[in-house]
Amino acid sequence: MSLTRQDVEKVALLARLKFDDEGLDKMTSHMVQIVEYVDKLSELNTDDVEPMAHALDVFNALAEDEPRASLPREEALRNAPKNDDEYFRVPAVLGE
Amino acid sequence: MSELPYEIVIGLEVHVQLKTNTKLFCRCSTAFGSPPNTQTCPVCLGMPGSLPVMNKKAYFLGMKTALALHCGIPKFTKWDRKNYFYPDLPKGYQTSQFDLPMSEEGYLDIKSTKDEFEPRRVRIIRAHLEEDAGKSIHDEAAGKADSRIDLNRTGTPLLEIVSYPDMRSAAEAKAYMQELRLLLTYLDVSDCNMQEGSLRCDANVNLHITTDDGVIATPIVEIKNMNSFRSVERGINYEAKRQYDVWQETGKVLGELPKQTRGWDDSAQVTRSQREKEESADYRYFPCPDLIPVVVTDEQIDEVRHEIGDLPAALRDRLESEYDLTTYTADVIVNQGLGFVEYYLELAAASGDNKLAGNWVQGEVLRILNDLEIGISDFGVSAAALAELLKLIQAGDLDSSKAKDVFTVMLESGKSAAAVVEDLGIEKVDESALEDLCRLLVERNQRIVDDVKNGNEKAVGALIGQAKKENPNVNPGQVRQICLDIINSL
Amino acid sequence: MSIIQKTATEQLALLQAGELTSVELTQAYLDRIEQVDGSIGAFLRVESDSALQQAATIDAKRSAGDSLGKLAGLPVAIKDILCTKDTPTTCGSRMLEHFQPPYNATAVEKLLSADAVILGRTNMDEFAMGSSTENSAYQTTQNPWDITRIPGGSSGGAAACVAADMAPLSLGTDTGGSIRQPAALCGCVGLKPTYGRVSRYGLIAFASSLDQIGPLARTVDDTALLLEVLAGYDPLDSTSVNRETPAYSQTVHQPLEGLTLGVVEQHFSEGIDAEVATSVQQAIQVYQSLGATIKSIEMPHADYGIATYYIIAPCEASSNLARYDGAHYGYRTDQAEVLAELAEDGSDEGPLVRMYRKTRSEGFGSEVQRRIMLGTYALSEGYYEAFYLKALKVRRLIRQDYDRAFEQVDLIIGPVTANPAFAKGEKTSDPMAMYLEDLYTVTANLAGVAGISLPCGFTSAGLPVGLQLQSAPFEEEKLLRAAQMYQSATDFHSRRPELS
Ligand SMILES: [Zn+2]
Repeated sequence: MSLTRQDVEKVALLARLKFDDEGLDKMTSHMVQIVEYVDKLSELNTDDVEPMAHALDVFNALAEDEPRASLPREEALRNAPKNDDEYFRVPAVLGE
Repeated sequence: MSELPYEIVIGLEVHVQLKTNTKLFCRCSTAFGSPPNTQTCPVCLGMPGSLPVMNKKAYFLGMKTALALHCGIPKFTKWDRKNYFYPDLPKGYQTSQFDLPMSEEGYLDIKSTKDEFEPRRVRIIRAHLEEDAGKSIHDEAAGKADSRIDLNRTGTPLLEIVSYPDMRSAAEAKAYMQELRLLLTYLDVSDCNMQEGSLRCDANVNLHITTDDGVIATPIVEIKNMNSFRSVERGINYEAKRQYDVWQETGKVLGELPKQTRGWDDSAQVTRSQREKEESADYRYFPCPDLIPVVVTDEQIDEVRHEIGDLPAALRDRLESEYDLTTYTADVIVNQGLGFVEYYLELAAASGDNKLAGNWVQGEVLRILNDLEIGISDFGVSAAALAELLKLIQAGDLDSSKAKDVFTVMLESGKSAAAVVEDLGIEKVDESALEDLCRLLVERNQRIVDDVKNGNEKAVGALIGQAKKENPNVNPGQVRQICLDIINSL
Repeated sequence: MSIIQKTATEQLALLQAGELTSVELTQAYLDRIEQVDGSIGAFLRVESDSALQQAATIDAKRSAGDSLGKLAGLPVAIKDILCTKDTPTTCGSRMLEHFQPPYNATAVEKLLSADAVILGRTNMDEFAMGSSTENSAYQTTQNPWDITRIPGGSSGGAAACVAADMAPLSLGTDTGGSIRQPAALCGCVGLKPTYGRVSRYGLIAFASSLDQIGPLARTVDDTALLLEVLAGYDPLDSTSVNRETPAYSQTVHQPLEGLTLGVVEQHFSEGIDAEVATSVQQAIQVYQSLGATIKSIEMPHADYGIATYYIIAPCEASSNLARYDGAHYGYRTDQAEVLAELAEDGSDEGPLVRMYRKTRSEGFGSEVQRRIMLGTYALSEGYYEAFYLKALKVRRLIRQDYDRAFEQVDLIIGPVTANPAFAKGEKTSDPMAMYLEDLYTVTANLAGVAGISLPCGFTSAGLPVGLQLQSAPFEEEKLLRAAQMYQSATDFHSRRPELS
């Protein structure tokens, strides 16, 4: 499984990161090294093994449908890089 | 429909907002219409360190809906993250269900009362729970001004109901949506308000075109933003025509192009490509480590099953077979909702005349509800009171036009049928007096007698008018019958 | 002997006896921080004013005869990863430089209701990703035993402040070894509880299925005391487990009869430093002399721990860290610059996408970016099964190794790290070498079991060596009692570093 610079560039867009040329080279070589290492898992036969997504076998954490107080709006917006006291503001989302 | 050079193939993904007080993973209110960003907390803002806890009611409302759609309920279900960046999605992922949804494999039957299509069973692939996103408000000058973000809706519980591509026309798609909405209303699991976005529909559409080389399929397009039954119909029809034109132009078939997403623009009546949605099509689903699976027992499933009352399809059948109503009348009654059906059933029982009761609810009652824009629960005449009126009609004490007058006064005054009859001075006319009056009228109107004798029975109508002038309380039906009998015996 | 050299348990007794006030104790630690933290760099922020205020309030409550919490008057340092209402919580990242959470983490709530005094926030690797605390966006932390060396990580500040007597107790978090490894390298005690034992609510997530909050302290009984306060079910965390919290501090001094300890032979094979191996083996002998039975056990999949971990943790992190996009809180790049840049390079990227990419590239450090990239890649189409799903399966195999082991033994004993603290900068350009630091610790996180690190010796260069004990899920009581047995028989924990 060889990982190319182009692959890394594609992943960077998916991850919403951006690298300059040098950064991309470095990231590619580090990722190649790590991916080679973790590929040692392919030595193991895991055909009959159930995947384990959680550390514990616990189920059914369900809460009652009872409202609690929300944050005051100024609290909700306080950490926003940009807001107009009513809304969060972000650069335009292009429609076309 | 066969004049079209193609067959439309449609599958629908319907998002239903479940009727809970609080959001899916936090306990913020789900009320609609609050000022922007006043219904948020660290969890639904996606604040660092906050954690979701699943709403129990949302899960059970979802299960109830799925059972009503004849879906199976797996004992084990889990939650997954669908990763993509969008400012109305503060965590950078939507918590949804991927490979082990809470329900799968059901169906919904649809039929047309106007014979637009053959009855069809639309199969359901799955119904799963997920959280809603917030609202982005984009300014007209795209690219220049900021977009504004309101996160009140973020985290609202949705049930996504995914059908197989079993529908073959826009009319079928519209009927499916209407029948689904009716079902959800009967279940009382959602407000189903399309304007407020509590019922939304995306359609996967492509065409099967018969060519000399056999049938080809066009690339599948997902249409979003269809916010009314009418736009579902128009959006799909527009898209079908567009796909046909594109195919004629490019010849591109399924598999040669990636799945495209297009938004329905209701004001321009066109679908438009949504390019930015396609760029991030790799959602990298994986199990949400912050939520643990839900495991249900047969007993819990049965309990929910028992909560489900009468549903539209079964009620329609019952009204036709047990109450002897026409398909059309049964359909009209059932489509008004459960309260309306209950009104009818009570009226039929109290009046003892299923047909007359059917005609009255479908006619007068429904007309007034529509005029006043109210529901049956706000209607001023109870089924018991209306039944008294119907009994007077059955006894021949009132003709239908008089009965309508009485009904109008009952509605305005809240008085009983008998009281209104008395107030209006409507008295039952003595049989022999009525016969004397008819005999007199026949004698006075030789021309009408001749017309009737010559086969024009309708001519007798003029005598009814004259009789009413003499005595406003006469029953036109009776006058007509007596006059005809006299003329025929001459 | 100065008051700050006493253990938390001893200080608590003095506070309760009225021989010491919380203000005096807090001031003594603030003075110590003032004196030595310039060379250690354990604290990102010292909250002197609020600490003294809290201390005064608790002293007043005590003199009024009010009922007090279990930690009443004891200063505690908090890793800067736990949300604290209306107070900066940076997670060691530029991304959250000015972030002030509108709520408290459950662990912080528990400290406050136990009447602890919050001293300040300790340094850490950015978003807890690292093993040396060199990935902090703000500063490095020096090992108190040798300031040219790293303190371990990611809870490097948490371990260093305890080791240098700047706090009697501190909170860390452990995703792959981030409490135990710095505890070992700094010569203090650190415990990673069973997954689900301590609420994660308000712990800024790195890898949600592996993260746990845990105590660091100088001694085992102090560790027991703090764990007792932190542990417990929390309805706000779906993964927290509804179980009674044992009174750890009451039972910690009771030795265990018939203790059986498991030793994994591979732990002492290639790669381990000879002095570290010797110290750990001597510790095993101590247990033998205390009557414990030593049994050799197999952990056939332990060698796959790092590979499994470096798939699962980055995958979860790539998703957990997606929220840092400059939209709703935290750092955002200069918007005018985004537009100017777009106009210049003629890219068809929209301003929003460019804002995201620029914000995240500027706001995250290189290790965080590397793990986001790895996780994004491993979850992406075509790789999910080969990497992520495969790792989940191997994770099951590792858990089964543990289950089998704990059928035979009470606890597993072994090293925490293969080497003592390494020099600053030694591994910064070699991510894989840094990742291998977690070799002996990651498997506990993958399996969800508990683990403790305690001092068991020093190298000839005077660097501390850690001993690791691991228990089956929810057996922290056993872990602490066994650790206390060792501590009662040795004095490594009482040695202090020389600091000017
Ligand atoms: Zn909320």
